[in-house]
Amino acid sequence: MSVQSPISSVNDFVVRFANVNGSGSASANEMFARSILRHGVPVSPRNVFPSNIQGLPTWYEVRVTEDGHLGARGGVDMMVAMNPQTWDKDIASIEPGGYLFYDSTKPMPASKFRADITVIGVPLTAITNSTYTDPRQRQLFKNIIYLGAMCALLDMDAKLVEQLIGEQYKGKEKLLSSNIHALHLGRDWALQNLKCPIGLRVRKADKVGDRIFIEGNSAAALGAVYGGATVCAWYPITPSSSVADAFTSHCKKLRHDPVTGKAKYAIVQGEDELASIGIVIGASWNGARAFTATSGPGISLMTEFIGLSYFAEIPAVIINVQRAGPSTGMPTRTQQCDIIACAYASHGDTKHVLLLPEDPAEAFEFAAQAFDLAERLQTTIFLMLDLDIGMNHRLSRPLKWDDARHYDRGKVMTAEMLDEPGRDFGRYLDVDGDGIPYRTYPGTHPTKGSFFTRGTSRNRYAIYSEEGPVYADNMQRLVRKFETAQDMVPRPLQANAAKPTKYGVIYFGSTAPAMDEAIGILESRGHQLDRLRIRAFPFHSSVASFIADHDFVYVVEQNRDAQLRSLIVNENGIDPVRLIPILHYDGTPITARFIAGAIGDHQDQLKVTPLRKVKS
Amino acid sequence: MTYIAKPKFQHPGLPRNDLGFTHRDYEGKVSTLCAGCGHDSITASIIEACFELSIEPHRVAKISGIGCSSKTPDYFLGNSHGFNSVHGRMPSVLTGANLANRDLIYLGVSGDGDSASIGFGQFAHSIRRGVNMTYIVENNGVYGLTKGQFSATADRGSKSKKGLINSDSPIDLVAIALQLGASFVARSFSGDKTQLVPLIAAAIQHKGAAFIDVISPCVAFNNHAGSTKSFDYVREHNDAVNRLDVISGRDPITVDYAPGTVQLVEQHDGTRIALRKIDADYDPHDRVGAMSFLQKHAARGQIVTGLLYVDPESDDLHSHLDTVEAPLNTLDAVELCPGNAALEKINASLR
Repeated sequence: MSVQSPISSVNDFVVRFANVNGSGSASANEMFARSILRHGVPVSPRNVFPSNIQGLPTWYEVRVTEDGHLGARGGVDMMVAMNPQTWDKDIASIEPGGYLFYDSTKPMPASKFRADITVIGVPLTAITNSTYTDPRQRQLFKNIIYLGAMCALLDMDAKLVEQLIGEQYKGKEKLLSSNIHALHLGRDWALQNLKCPIGLRVRKADKVGDRIFIEGNSAAALGAVYGGATVCAWYPITPSSSVADAFTSHCKKLRHDPVTGKAKYAIVQGEDELASIGIVIGASWNGARAFTATSGPGISLMTEFIGLSYFAEIPAVIINVQRAGPSTGMPTRTQQCDIIACAYASHGDTKHVLLLPEDPAEAFEFAAQAFDLAERLQTTIFLMLDLDIGMNHRLSRPLKWDDARHYDRGKVMTAEMLDEPGRDFGRYLDVDGDGIPYRTYPGTHPTKGSFFTRGTSRNRYAIYSEEGPVYADNMQRLVRKFETAQDMVPRPLQANAAKPTKYGVIYFGSTAPAMDEAIGILESRGHQLDRLRIRAFPFHSSVASFIADHDFVYVVEQNRDAQLRSLIVNENGIDPVRLIPILHYDGTPITARFIAGAIGDHQDQLKVTPLRKVKS
Repeated sequence: MTYIAKPKFQHPGLPRNDLGFTHRDYEGKVSTLCAGCGHDSITASIIEACFELSIEPHRVAKISGIGCSSKTPDYFLGNSHGFNSVHGRMPSVLTGANLANRDLIYLGVSGDGDSASIGFGQFAHSIRRGVNMTYIVENNGVYGLTKGQFSATADRGSKSKKGLINSDSPIDLVAIALQLGASFVARSFSGDKTQLVPLIAAAIQHKGAAFIDVISPCVAFNNHAGSTKSFDYVREHNDAVNRLDVISGRDPITVDYAPGTVQLVEQHDGTRIALRKIDADYDPHDRVGAMSFLQKHAARGQIVTGLLYVDPESDDLHSHLDTVEAPLNTLDAVELCPGNAALEKINASLR
């Protein structure tokens, strides 16, 4: 057996913290990630947590990446093993040459370790117990003590960590000083007793810039505030609950009348997802901008109303933070598995607009845009997040708002317009040929413009009708409207390979950072690929032309059934053979290693090695 | 479903209300329900109540679910926006509409299938939240549109048209509304317009969740011997606790009441309800008493009608949420969007 030399890497490694749920480790771990950011070094943290509040294993992974690769990397260079329940699995997951950090208060048999890793024991419990008597304090400060020790081991600037703690506990001097004390306890012990630093090091860089560190759910909620949402109805479900929580806290800060203190918004926690979407539909019908946030099971429950929204043409915004399905599935694991369910939600012939943001900045922008689109198109707009974007802090370009921007309230006929001579109001009349009719808000005019909204078939004047041609006319107009939507939604973004290539790759959403990183790996292996990131459904015409321009196109997505690929094949009449599915669906975020491996293997198979002429 | 156009002719001598509207201005399309349907009488009572209150017809939003009862909003207030939504989901749609614009009058029309079965949860939660609305259930104990299945309000032991006996316990929506905190609870009978019209008028003026259960016999499927929701049965077992008149704030009380028989209830908007007591001991401000009274009479097979409970100090969901006075649907970007400067501060806090 060869001797494994310890991994040596500056600003490019993965640390994983293995904790017990509910032990207060989350804030210490987050502080670790943030303090590396303060060194000017990008990080990409991910929470791996169970559907549980206390007692089950939870992990927090921090990818330190000066190159700015924000996708999950896979593999662990340093494990902070604080959970005896998962010890064996955690130890096994460390890369050869990696590091193990553990609480050495109780002696462990040698069989519990590995020979090819560096083992770093810190008697955390002993240090904590000799300093603190209160059990709650012991638990909380133990986390800060290991943070201090990590600081020393990774050669981090303790001043930057102190500064961060100072900001967090501003105004709470007692908490501030005790946290700083705990930090130093850990750091000093490590400096005195261990060989510091180890091979993994953090070194100051200038690679963060003006980027912000925010969760996608919070950014989407902020987008809803900026987009003018006044009604939010929701039902708690992981991983979307923090959208409503964030909307609530943003509104508390940003949406109260400065004079009266009254709320310029209404948030209702519904009794279920049916009520939530019902409230959204009722509010939107009545001219307010309204949204709900949910996840897969909620989408299933909402589908009857989504069909009503499509057919009766009522705006609605649904933020779907996707998790692994089907059924209850894996509630705390990520997937992109509701593409088909949302694109075609509800019985009968329906099609819905999907927005597919890649990160918090786009989640913010698309959330705000969703309200314009919903009112312009008078239909449901899905903002498709997933757990990976929604519930993890992600380094993201700063949020921007153009103060000159007005809301597009769509085609709404006012009392003045109704009184114009010769004005003919028919709720479902296609006046402009774009498939989008005019609507009126309830209470607009004493004698004109009222109509009866229904989910049953009706003529252009909203009068009930089961006449075949009348029904077909309406259904065709809805198709026309969906075609209109194509040019309103965010367009796909294309990035071409350095050299002309016959191969392309299509991807979307949270796959983006891993895909960008994978392109580099593939290039180094000699594979050139043009990229197209789809950002919305209906698909822009450039999707079909991108496919036409390449012999083969890989479609990378995080579900089992290649849902986006099916949608492309179905909507654009593409020969399925030309679209090669690259599928990742185990509930962990997709990695560059996975993508590069799967595409690289396929590319290798495509390479034809010419037969050598044999001399006769 | 209306194939017959209603003539637009108005007799010049038709009485007009304070706004100059006649009854015709509160009518809708021709009903497509069965001749003699109790629901059409409720429609007529809604028209009458709105006429008497001099409501601007277009300031009412009519919202319903699915079923015979839910079709009726098409038959009254033709100048109002109506929304025939999803089966059992009227309450959530109405709640959302109310949140968007607190200035309109919200009239929710539902049936016993819509509110006691598929939409039982939504019925309960809209009442709990105190949505400012008039929630009318046109209760016939049967699924009419699907031809005569029992609904959840059908009494145990009652007989269907096909001869089946209902073995399930009935849901009394009035008892449940009381328990859930409705601030106005009444029961009436579609055949008793003199009782029903002022109840609807008072409910419309009430601030908060006003619930009226109207027993409304289904002439096609539930009007036979053995049914406890037939015209004959309800007439025989109707036990009215009071009668009421709605008096608008500025009108003097002209009706001559015998002393001790009238109770004046002042509502939030200044309107008063004069309750003529039939049962001298009945106190409509006593929620617990009302619940017990109902149960005792139900056990004797009596259907208690009248204004069963009213909380004159009620408030509504908007008060609970402390929303601005202006309807949310009138706020524009200037009011709603915090702007880029605020966003830059947020950015700075996230570094």
